[in-house]
Amino acid sequence: MQQNTLLVLEQVSKSFPGVKALKQINLSIERGEIHALLGENGAGKSTLIKILGGIQPQDEGTITLNGVTKRFNSYNDSVEAGIGIVFQEFSLIPYLNATENIFLGREKTNRWGLLRKQEMRTKASQLFARLGVELDLDCPVARLSVAEQQFVEIAKALALDVNLLILDEPTATLTPAESELLFQIMRELKSQGVTIIFISHHLDEIFDVCDRISVLRDGANAGVTRVDECDIDTLVEMMVGRKLESNFPPKPVLEIRPPLLDVREISLHRNGPSNSFQLRPGEILGFAGLVGSGRTELALGVLGAIPTHSKDVSVNGVSVSLKDPAESLQQGIGLLPESRKSEGLITDFSIRENISLNNLGKYSGALGLINHSQENKQTDELMSQLSIKAPSSESRVVNLSGGNQQKVVIARWLNHHCTVLVFDEPTRGIDVGAKAEIYTLMRRLTAQGFGIIMISSELPEIVGMCDRVAVFNKGSIVKVLEAEFINSEEVMRHATASVK
Amino acid sequence: MQPQALNNDSLKATKAKSPQGWFTRFMRSPAFYPLVGLIVVTICMIFASDKFLTSANLENIARQVSINAIIAVGMTCVILTGGIDLSVGPVMALSGTLTAALLVAGVPGPIAIMAGLLLGAAFGIGNGIFVAYLKMPPIIVTLATMGIARGLGLMYTNGYPVSGLPEWFSFFGRGEFLGIQIPILAMVLVYIAAFILLQHTPIGRYIYAIGGNEEAVRLSGVRAPRYKLLVYGISGLTAAVAGLLLTSRLMSGQPNAGVSFELDAIAAVVLGGAAIAGGRGAILGTLVGAMLLGVLNNGLNLMSVSPYVQSVIKGAIILLAIFVSRKHHNR
Repeated sequence: MQQNTLLVLEQVSKSFPGVKALKQINLSIERGEIHALLGENGAGKSTLIKILGGIQPQDEGTITLNGVTKRFNSYNDSVEAGIGIVFQEFSLIPYLNATENIFLGREKTNRWGLLRKQEMRTKASQLFARLGVELDLDCPVARLSVAEQQFVEIAKALALDVNLLILDEPTATLTPAESELLFQIMRELKSQGVTIIFISHHLDEIFDVCDRISVLRDGANAGVTRVDECDIDTLVEMMVGRKLESNFPPKPVLEIRPPLLDVREISLHRNGPSNSFQLRPGEILGFAGLVGSGRTELALGVLGAIPTHSKDVSVNGVSVSLKDPAESLQQGIGLLPESRKSEGLITDFSIRENISLNNLGKYSGALGLINHSQENKQTDELMSQLSIKAPSSESRVVNLSGGNQQKVVIARWLNHHCTVLVFDEPTRGIDVGAKAEIYTLMRRLTAQGFGIIMISSELPEIVGMCDRVAVFNKGSIVKVLEAEFINSEEVMRHATASVK
Repeated sequence: MQPQALNNDSLKATKAKSPQGWFTRFMRSPAFYPLVGLIVVTICMIFASDKFLTSANLENIARQVSINAIIAVGMTCVILTGGIDLSVGPVMALSGTLTAALLVAGVPGPIAIMAGLLLGAAFGIGNGIFVAYLKMPPIIVTLATMGIARGLGLMYTNGYPVSGLPEWFSFFGRGEFLGIQIPILAMVLVYIAAFILLQHTPIGRYIYAIGGNEEAVRLSGVRAPRYKLLVYGISGLTAAVAGLLLTSRLMSGQPNAGVSFELDAIAAVVLGGAAIAGGRGAILGTLVGAMLLGVLNNGLNLMSVSPYVQSVIKGAIILLAIFVSRKHHNR
């Protein structure tokens, strides 16, 4: 074993019912490096971290830390081994302050069993000094910014004397400036001898801070490289295994027709930004912008799913109020929500029950009873139209893959008179193949006259799919791009420009 | 502009339903474990007391169970949406007392009975307004209305039972139809109605769906608060039906009746396999849960077990049942 190698994973595999999540993964982390773990959603990064964190031990393979073979059967095992993990979902207690969170479960007490608050507070402030961060130690963490909460998480890990720190997509919810601060902290820790595994989707960040990169694809190793020996294109190819361009169906030529949905004015708050846009039949209108730029809120406001201050909307030329999602449905507007699990699906329900959730009126006769055979028939038809892959329509949706779950929610609206569909992050967390299927489906729908609003944080998707793109910046639509002006640079330029 | 139906190119790939025997399906139903429990407890009782397995005693159990079982129907609907209704005991007492008082005052029978039932339903709908539209936590709302209903009943009667009811009124509590006691018949009818509502109407589907994921229901264009309001109305109504039967059985309106009935009803629902967080459960499971409690009561009485000990045994069995059902669900 070389002296400068901290952690070695050999032939590590992990299976879940029906899925082989990790297939004989090899990984070697050197002491004091910042090592990027890269891969698409579902590539196995999270599983790998859960193994290192002792949350789900591996089925096969060995982990060697500091030359000693280890097996992490619980979170405590890995904490004792000096591994600290900052998960994507924070584990902070919102009403406790930073100090209390850092020492949670390991409070320092005096001989009477009372808390030694001053000592803990001093320790906490030393930790933040080490990170080069200043923050309010007495403020409940719920009132800190997301970035500050992340720093608290990092401090919490450091308080455990970690020598390997794992950051799981830390920049996903940070602004560029906050990310830059995080990178400074990472470099500072590196100079203090802490080894870091950094997980991110953003390739430019990886080039910014990392030394080496390991790429995972479909649960297997797809390559290891030094940052200075590769470029973005090679990495993308390693991640997806093929060139990106082939993913998107061709864009049709659209004739200008009167809008399906005409939002003449909408503002969510008093004195808040006022927006307007139109959606034409047969087109995909992209809502692009940074996370937090108000894309989802605007769409939900149009649908009546969240309260609005003022709203003036026509559907097919007729003025409508769209006061709640039920009325939007009556007017033919459907929503594929951002979070499948918490907003889209009833996870305990079968595929059939999920699809027919808002269609039951169609199947019930004079007595108000559901005609089950008609419901089954319609469900089977929709499942085959959308190629939803499942053992039967009675399968519970929790057991489906992300792509199929997404299709179940889409199917709900196709069994209606809907003409307008709002797809919020339609391909988040689904694999490449399923993405392509969703894209093809979207084009099939627009060819039939549907108008689709697609909210997406993935630039390639916005550029590859949309006929027009509304770029959001701090709650306002700052630009609507069309035709050849739709490209990543234009979108990013308007999305990040400072708004007057 | 109306999009045509999706083209059916891929329809050829229609897959056969995976074969699933009725027994497998039954085993997966929330009512399965409770039923096993009921059978086990019943067998124990048969061996423990030779008086248990007589037709008179079994009929006794069914009648004793009927009040709690009927209240538990409304409670099931409420719990399926993820709510809870603590006000059922006092609402039962209040509506029964109202019917009794109206009858004593000479109001025509059907009107007095309707008034009692409507009062129960109205109380439930009141709960529903606070929970569904004013977004208040059900446990707080119904805790408050529990006190209000109890207080109103006591105010109205000064705490004294209302007696002197017309002779014909004993029909509901003591009468028979086709050889079946009316409370048992009423229980069966209420369960059939609830079964149809929950399994064969859109309303039932929404009730389960709201408990499963209310936000998804709302965003899919179903007006969820409407159905939440409805389940509390149903709960008030079934409590009032139970109040009618009890008042008739006792031939007096008891403003103090139904103390801790909400706990028995919740116990029946939970013993019946429903998830207290909502979304999962079965109306027949609740019937089994109520029967289980009834059999325990009856059997322990036959064995002359002290009521103090009975209370401990029942509590322990509820804990055990919930433990087993959690193990089952988490698999």
